[in-house]
Formats: sequence, C-alpha cells, structure tokens
Amino acid sequence: MSVTMSRARSITDSTQQAILQLDDWKTWFQTEHGIVKAVDGITLDLKAGVTLGLVGESGSGKTVLSRSILGLLPTRNRLEPGGSISFDGADLGSMSKRERRKLWGAELAMVFQNPMTSLNPVMPIGRQITEVLKLHLQMCGPEARERAQELLASVGIPAPGRRMDEYPHQLSGGMRQRVTIAIALACDPRFLMADEPTTALDVTVQAQILDLLDDQRTQRNMTMILVTHDLGVVAGRTDEVAVMYAGKIVEKAPTKTLFSNVRMPYTQSLMRSIPDMSAPSHTRLFTIPGRPPNLTDLSAGCRFSPRCPHAQEKCLVEEPVLMPSDQPGQEFACWYPVGTPEGEAALERNLSRGVTASGTPMSSMTVPDA
Amino acid sequence: MAGTGKAHLREDNVLLSIEDLVVEYPSGKGGKVHAVSGISFDILKGETLGLVGESGCGKSTTGRAVLQLPQPTGGSVTVDGVDLTGLSDADVRSARTRMQMIFQDPVSALNPRRKVRDIVKEPLVIWNRDNEDADLMVDQMLDRVGLNPAVVGERRPHEFSGGQCQRVAIARALMLEPELLICDEPVSALDVSVQAQILNLLEDLKERYGLGMLFIAHDVAVVKNISDRVAVMYMGKMCEVGPSELIVSRPAHPYTKALIEAVPVPDPDAVTRSSARLGEPPSPINPPNGCRFSSRCPKAQDKCLEEEPIVRMIGPDHFVACHFPELGFDGEGPAPAVAGSQATGVDLPDLDVP
Repeated sequence: MSVTMSRARSITDSTQQAILQLDDWKTWFQTEHGIVKAVDGITLDLKAGVTLGLVGESGSGKTVLSRSILGLLPTRNRLEPGGSISFDGADLGSMSKRERRKLWGAELAMVFQNPMTSLNPVMPIGRQITEVLKLHLQMCGPEARERAQELLASVGIPAPGRRMDEYPHQLSGGMRQRVTIAIALACDPRFLMADEPTTALDVTVQAQILDLLDDQRTQRNMTMILVTHDLGVVAGRTDEVAVMYAGKIVEKAPTKTLFSNVRMPYTQSLMRSIPDMSAPSHTRLFTIPGRPPNLTDLSAGCRFSPRCPHAQEKCLVEEPVLMPSDQPGQEFACWYPVGTPEGEAALERNLSRGVTASGTPMSSMTVPDA
Repeated sequence: MAGTGKAHLREDNVLLSIEDLVVEYPSGKGGKVHAVSGISFDILKGETLGLVGESGCGKSTTGRAVLQLPQPTGGSVTVDGVDLTGLSDADVRSARTRMQMIFQDPVSALNPRRKVRDIVKEPLVIWNRDNEDADLMVDQMLDRVGLNPAVVGERRPHEFSGGQCQRVAIARALMLEPELLICDEPVSALDVSVQAQILNLLEDLKERYGLGMLFIAHDVAVVKNISDRVAVMYMGKMCEVGPSELIVSRPAHPYTKALIEAVPVPDPDAVTRSSARLGEPPSPINPPNGCRFSSRCPKAQDKCLEEEPIVRMIGPDHFVACHFPELGFDGEGPAPAVAGSQATGVDLPDLDVP
C-alpha cells in the first residue's frame, strides 16, 4: 500500500473520555492464497453511553473487527501486525486469554446473529443465565435463579418462571434472541457488541429486538456497537455510524449528519440501493456494479474505485485517508466526495465520457435523476 | 383479520387461481398444524403478486402448494384453467414445466458438485429438449441473468457469491420458459446492494418473458418495489389484498399497518415504535377463534374473538378481512361507491364502525 492509514481524529473526539479506543488496528489472516487483510487499520474512539452503527457489505470486515475487539478470533493463521485496542485504559490487544475471560460477560458482552447456534441446545435457558451470574457475581443458586427470572422479564419474555426450564428449541427465534440478550446483560456489562442481532429475524420481531436493545442501553448507560449491513437499521437507533469497506472505515459521522450530508460515494450507493417505500412500484433500484475487492490482492488506490461512479485517475493510484469534513464529527476517505464541487465535477466528467477512470461503464450504475 | 372469502378474485386473463387452499400437517398426538387455512388469490398473466407476512404465516407453504409440493389438504390450484389438485402425478410433473421456483438460500439450492452449465441445462435434459441448440440456449440464458457464460460455465457453485448463485438459480428456473415464477424470499439472504441487483434483474426478466410472479417475502419495502398487487397473510389466512401502492399508502388492516411500520426506514428522524407492542404470534396448532389476529390486534373488540371476518371489498380493488378496518377516506360516512362492484357482482357490505 502506498499510503498508510491516517490517524486523523476529528476535533470533538478528544474532548470527552473514550471508553473504547482502537488505534490503527489490523487483523490479517495467513492463507494459502496470501495474506487476507480483513481489518486493515481501524482508528476509532467510542465514548461511554454512545451507540455506534458499524455498517458494510458481506466481507467488508465488520464481523472480524467486532470479534477482534472482544478477542474471540482463533489464533491459528491470524496475524495482528499492528495497532492497539484498549477498553477503559486496559490494553485488550495484548491481554492473555485468562485475563480476557474476566472481562467477558462482566464488562464486555456480545449478542450474535444466530440465536440458535449461540445458545446451548441441551441446557435449559435458565441455567444458561445463572451460569454467568454464578461465575462472575459469585451468586448462590436461589439468588441467581431469582435474578435470572428478573432478567428474562426485563427482556420481555412472558411467564419467565416457566420459561426458565425450557430449552432453546422450544422458543421462537425472537424469544431466543431475547434470551441471548438477557445472558449478555446479566452482569451489567459496560459495553455490548451486537453483531447483526436481527438479521435472522422477521421485520416485526426485528423492530422489537432493536427497541429492546435501545431501552436496555439507555437504562444501563451501556456503550454499544450495532453491526449490520442495513443502513435502515442504524438510522433510528444509533448516535454515530462508521461505514466499512474492504477492511477500512471509509466514512464516519454522527448518524444525522451521515444521512443529511453524506460524503463518501460508497455510503451514498448503499443508501440508494434500499427500496424506498414512498417511491412508486417498479422503480428501478440503484445498484453498485461488481463485487468487493479480493482482500489478498489490493490495488494501490482507493479500494472502492472499481465500483465508484466518481472514480478519477487519482483514485486508481493514491489511496485516500480519512479527513474531517465541514460538519463536526464527520470524517471520510474520498478524493471526490459527494456534495462538493470536486465530486460533482468528477461525476459529470464520468457521465460525459460514459466510463469511470477504472473503466467501469456508467450505464452499469443506474444513476437516478436526482 | 385472517379471513376466508373470495370477493377479491378476478375473472379475465387469470394465470393462477387459488381457491380455499388448505394445508395441514400432522403434529403428533393427533394434533394438526394449520399452516394454510382457506386462502384464495389469483395472479393475472404477466402480473406480480407479492405475498407478505411473518415467519410461520404460511406464505412459503402456499408457494409450495401451488407446485403441489406437497399436495394441499383441500382447495383448488388452477393454472390456465387446469385444476392441478385433480391431476395424476405424471400430469402434475409435466404441468410443473410451466411453473418454476427460486428459493431463499441460493447456495443450498444448487448442487455443489455440478458445474454451472450443467445445473442450468438440467431442466432441458430432464424434458428431453437436450438438442443441439441446448448449449447455445444455456449460454444465452446465463448472459441474460448477467453472468458471462465463458467465465462461469465450467465453475461450481462454491466459487460464487450468494448473489451470483441466485442468478444461476434464476437462469435454471427460466430454461423451460415458464409462465409462472414462484420466488420464495429470493433476496432475504442477500446484502442490500446485491438485493437491488436481483430485484432489477427479476423486473427485466419479467418484462422479457411476460412472467407471472408470486413473490414471497417478509419485507414490505421489497415487495412494494417489485409487485403490482400485494396480499398480506397472517397465520394461514388472508388479511388484505390490493394494488401495492394502495396497500402501502393506505393499509386498512391493523396487521398490514404493523408490518409497514416495522420496516426500518433509512431516515434518522422517522422512528415509529408501535410495532414493538405487537408481541409474538400465537401457535398455529391452536389458532385463536374468531379473527386469528385478535390476540395481537390493538383494535380487537368482542366481535373479533367470536366471529371470523371474511374478505370483503372496502374500496376500488381494495379487499380486507377485518371487522374494523382503517378507512382511507377520512372515516366519514360509508365507503364511496365503487364503480366496478356491480359488474363483478360484489355487494358492498355495511362497514362496522367501532
């Protein structure tokens, strides 16, 4: 790579105490095809009580990043060539597994995508909750059981006393996800990682689970990262959003700013590809041509350039770094950002010549009239 | 909600017509799962009907029942005037060449050990249409679904992403030039950006082949985008049917409203939380009496617990099965006169106002 990742921070970030800090963090994997740079230089400060939405397509590195923060990745073939992750001053990156285990559940908790595989199928759900309470809070049997019932009630499970003795297969998908949330919240963690918590669920249940997470976060003043591929999910539920592409953060902003003042063409493309309910039926959807790049063989320039409607010659040779925008707290990595004279000129130029600088025909991107 | 009734069925140019479809599965101890309990709908030639509902509402079962997979417990499935439920197995098999299906998980829908070219060609081989033009037809079809035949033809499914596998599945489904394509949650397993590509592709192919489509999904935004008409299902019953614009802009059934409100909107200022009060659906083994939605309905009255609502017309081409529907026309006075109601022989019943 010709340019190393910027460590530029926006002005507001330094004024308040960050509970989770990532500094140029990298997670690479050694494979037979070469080194996969799954997470490639992430700098992030998360203040206490804030919800961050981490958005990206499949393969953008968002799940690897979330597991790196918790320290849940297998060590085999994993390279961590640089950077640091610290939680409340403690260096998570260099921590031993034994030390980390004390933090899991008690300080850092996680909710996974598929509740069926994250629960133990042969243990009643009550025991799966009391297990955590006994281990971390040294509660005795009856006390833990009582607390577990309270937890189940607080996550909206009806008849918690009876449910305690049921097994995961007896519950619906939404109920199972409520149980995993109860387990994650059992020891009042200060940080919750929710990795696609609603992707496996129905829309109606999705709304309920997202509301539940939001309520619990507010009540407990937790810090939360909500990982998702759906910008619709983060819009109403997060304070800040970081958009990942090919292992890097390409745009980061307070949620409202991101939706009103999007800068990175990738973020804009993601927003435009969501079907709009207020548009007439059969409206042609915006698509992003091609696929995310091969992470073992990254080109020198901007990683999004082969798919970007704004791509110019500069984008192919020089990688953009995160730079602050004119809005407080917003950073983006793009040479020809959306909503700026340079960006508009670049788009205009590509439209008139019919192809982008990387040779992608503009006709492959359905550019709406807007 | 959750009613039977056939007020919404049409007469001309109908490709698929389903009447009083019932599908039940045995569930041990003599119990029965009432997956689909008497629904009716139709699809015109070249029309896309979106079938929406939560998991377990019977929408996938309905899609499969059209193909007689398995044969429904009761009711009729008529394609181009032929009732499939009365046919022999061999006749059903040949009727299936005119109806094809694509599934939610494209990776598991393709045989991992076969090459893409062979997968797409298989329908022709099965029906002995494997003549000298077959390879050319496969190439053309791959090209039409946006895959380069020279590059992908010799590869196997594991070498492709989910979106590409779905394209292969679509190519295979179209090889026999069906009139009806049943899409069972074809984009739910895909990323938003890939979802847009597949939806656009389905629109193009529908135009090109004049396909009728049954598009099954739980996301109302997706369904509205692709469908001409939308049918909302709940626990094996029909709730509301109408043109997609109308259903989304003026939902009359409380359940339709809840489904629409639950769709996450990419706008930080637009957050509705009423759906959170809906709770979980009841068991399909012992569905509630009366209206099946009554146990979750914010508007439920005594009548809803006792009497099952049937599908009736509440506006032009707008049908709903609810005793107390939301009226889109300011709620004053009875429904406006419906021009077509006489012609179709449908009497507008008096509307109950709670």
